[in-house]
Amino acid sequence: MNAIHEVWIWAEQRDGRLMDVSLEILGKASELAEEIGGGTAAILIGDELSPLARELIAYGADKVYLFSDPRLTYYQSDAYTRLISDLLEKQQPEILLLGGTTIGMDLAPSVAARIKTGLTAHSCKLEIDKSGDKPLLMAAVPGWGGGMIVNIACPEHRPQMVTVQQGVMEKPPRDDHHSGELIPMEVKLNERDFRVKCIEMVETIPEGPQIDTSDVVVVGGYGMKCQGSLLPLEELTDLLHGALGGTRPALDEGWIPECSMIGVNGKAIGPKLLITIGTSGANHYTAGFVKAGTVMAINSDPDAPIFDVCDIGIVGDALEVVPAMVKALKAL
Amino acid sequence: MSLNIVVCIKQVPNPDYFSKITLDPETGAISRKNIPTILNPVDENAIEEALRLRERFSGKVTAISMGPPQAKEVLDWALTLGVDESVLLCDRAFAAADSLATAYVLAAGIRKIGNVDIVLCGNESVDGATEQVGPQVAELLDIPHICNATDISLPNGRQAVVRRNIEYGHLTIEGCVPLLITVSREINQPRTATAEGILTLMDKVSRTWGVKDIEVDNDAIGLAGSPTRVGKSYEQKLERERMILTGSVDEMVAAAIKRLKAEALV
Ligand SMILES: Cc1cc2nc3c(=O)[nH]c(=O)nc-3n(C[C@H](O)[C@H](O)[C@H](O)COP(=O)(O)OP(=O)(O)OC[C@H]3O[C@@H](n4cnc5c(N)ncnc54)[C@H](O)[C@@H]3O)c2cc1C
Ligand SMILES: Cc1cc2nc3c(=O)[nH]c(=O)nc-3n(C[C@H](O)[C@H](O)[C@H](O)COP(=O)(O)OP(=O)(O)OC[C@H]3O[C@@H](n4cnc5c(N)ncnc54)[C@H](O)[C@@H]3O)c2cc1C
Repeated sequence: MNAIHEVWIWAEQRDGRLMDVSLEILGKASELAEEIGGGTAAILIGDELSPLARELIAYGADKVYLFSDPRLTYYQSDAYTRLISDLLEKQQPEILLLGGTTIGMDLAPSVAARIKTGLTAHSCKLEIDKSGDKPLLMAAVPGWGGGMIVNIACPEHRPQMVTVQQGVMEKPPRDDHHSGELIPMEVKLNERDFRVKCIEMVETIPEGPQIDTSDVVVVGGYGMKCQGSLLPLEELTDLLHGALGGTRPALDEGWIPECSMIGVNGKAIGPKLLITIGTSGANHYTAGFVKAGTVMAINSDPDAPIFDVCDIGIVGDALEVVPAMVKALKAL
Repeated sequence: MSLNIVVCIKQVPNPDYFSKITLDPETGAISRKNIPTILNPVDENAIEEALRLRERFSGKVTAISMGPPQAKEVLDWALTLGVDESVLLCDRAFAAADSLATAYVLAAGIRKIGNVDIVLCGNESVDGATEQVGPQVAELLDIPHICNATDISLPNGRQAVVRRNIEYGHLTIEGCVPLLITVSREINQPRTATAEGILTLMDKVSRTWGVKDIEVDNDAIGLAGSPTRVGKSYEQKLERERMILTGSVDEMVAAAIKRLKAEALV
């Protein structure tokens, strides 16, 4: 196969906004491209997105393939799959990264099946292995709840496709001097491109500090059960100008919205400080904050596994420790 | 209007025992010895949705699974819940498949069942958890798909309006059968098995199909048909200080805050 040494991303937009994860994987794409001695490109699909194309260039894209049509404003699985697959088959890049959003996880498998290549899901680390006769992308994936890391490669088929969750890679710095080429693509759509059709997107972007963008995150777990909610943690969170997150049981109890759950099925976050309260420390949860700076844990059970993955541990009843912390912080 | 529905279900190791799964560090082979298995949880919701659609429109529900002989257990479970027939795709040649090779064999099985209106899947397994099999089966059957459905309405049994989850909201998607839909856990509350259901089990048709029974290309199944390769694996180790404080609550809090202050975190 005559693959070009390029690392591509699919840049997801919703309502004319680029998803953070798209910039994060673009940063990674630039690193990987440098290693294999090639450039980067982004595929951008939607309507009237030239400003976003310029943004992608500022964040490191050497080329942006732009598909623009009012019928592509929303994610349309058939049309997006075909447009991307056709372009990949023509250009044959080495690597294609996609953000593992709910929409990315709908699109990526269809594209991979259409062009018959391998797709690695939910990678937490990407490296180029140069030990063989050609550089190979090694994608590390957390398995079985995150306790185990498995390396997955796609040796023969191109592109090597990988999805990456938001928050796993770092957003690169913006460089308005970076130059890149905007390549407008001809869009011809037919009936088959809309066998299923998205007719409406309803989004309620949550207000207030969010766990994936705050420097401080306070997490409440099922240990707050006796108190019946995470209310006792809110004052602490506000004092630290942080965001409040939770574990799976906290979501199930209705204490936090879905966008505030941390873990393999929730968000991967890397705040400077994470304070985790009344959480046992299950792998499914702790896999979500591998990249946190300092981790402080409060749990009444001295044997709770959370103490194995913290920097500072307080064994005690959260209902005593948290008010004491609030008091001490106010006195600072 | 009667519907021919296929629901894809997978037998998975019980997540409560995941910490007991070990990997051979050299070969990367998985050892699941003594790990109990269950029906992949969200596949119960897929079965439930299939049964509800059949109850509304009449028709037939077939459960299909690719797996080793013991995967028949989850198919039998589906039959006791009310599924009409089951198909186990079982052959040594199917083993070690990645998501694409799995989807390929499932698609071949579904094609053999024939004239399917709706294929239902879970959105994600608890073990491989790639979320890839559903959309890939659709692609290989050349039918459209919708993932993460939380509501399926099928006013006339042909035209579908599906609501699917996205991060901060939902999409409304229209389509027409044949369709593949992956469901999310919120879509319904699955029923439980009844004694009556268990009694019907022996009258039901359970088939097992191997590589000779379905139309597949030998290069596209099992390990040979899997573009991905599993390499080295290792345990995730987190380097943390584990400084466990002692003393009264106030003392511990004071020590913690002193430390956080030193790092300019508070
Ligand atoms: C496939 C799969 C995926 C999953 N994905 C996720 C995920 O993404 N995110 C996630 O969070 N979970 C996930 N889970 C669930 C996960 O395995 C755990 O069950 C969950 O993280 C436990 O949450 P918890 O620590 O809040 O609750 P528990 O495990 O119930 O722990 C509560 C803790 O609170 C302590 N406690 C009780 N009272 C007090 C008190 N007064 N003061 C201080 N401490 C107290 C207890 O000692 C205990 O350690 C997943 C599970 C599966 C099977
Ligand atoms: C830790 C780990 C990581 C892996 N990573 C990858 C990877 O990155 N890329 C890759 O291609 N493969 C990967 N695999 C292999 C992959 O999990 C298997 O190929 C598996 O057969 C299908 O994928 P899944 O379990 O992820 O299913 P998912 O796509 O998560 O399952 C969704 C739904 O598909 C249906 N389904 C899935 N499998 C079957 C089946 N056998 N029979 C009937 N219905 C089924 C069910 O309805 C299920 O709810 C990985 C496996 C492990 C254990």
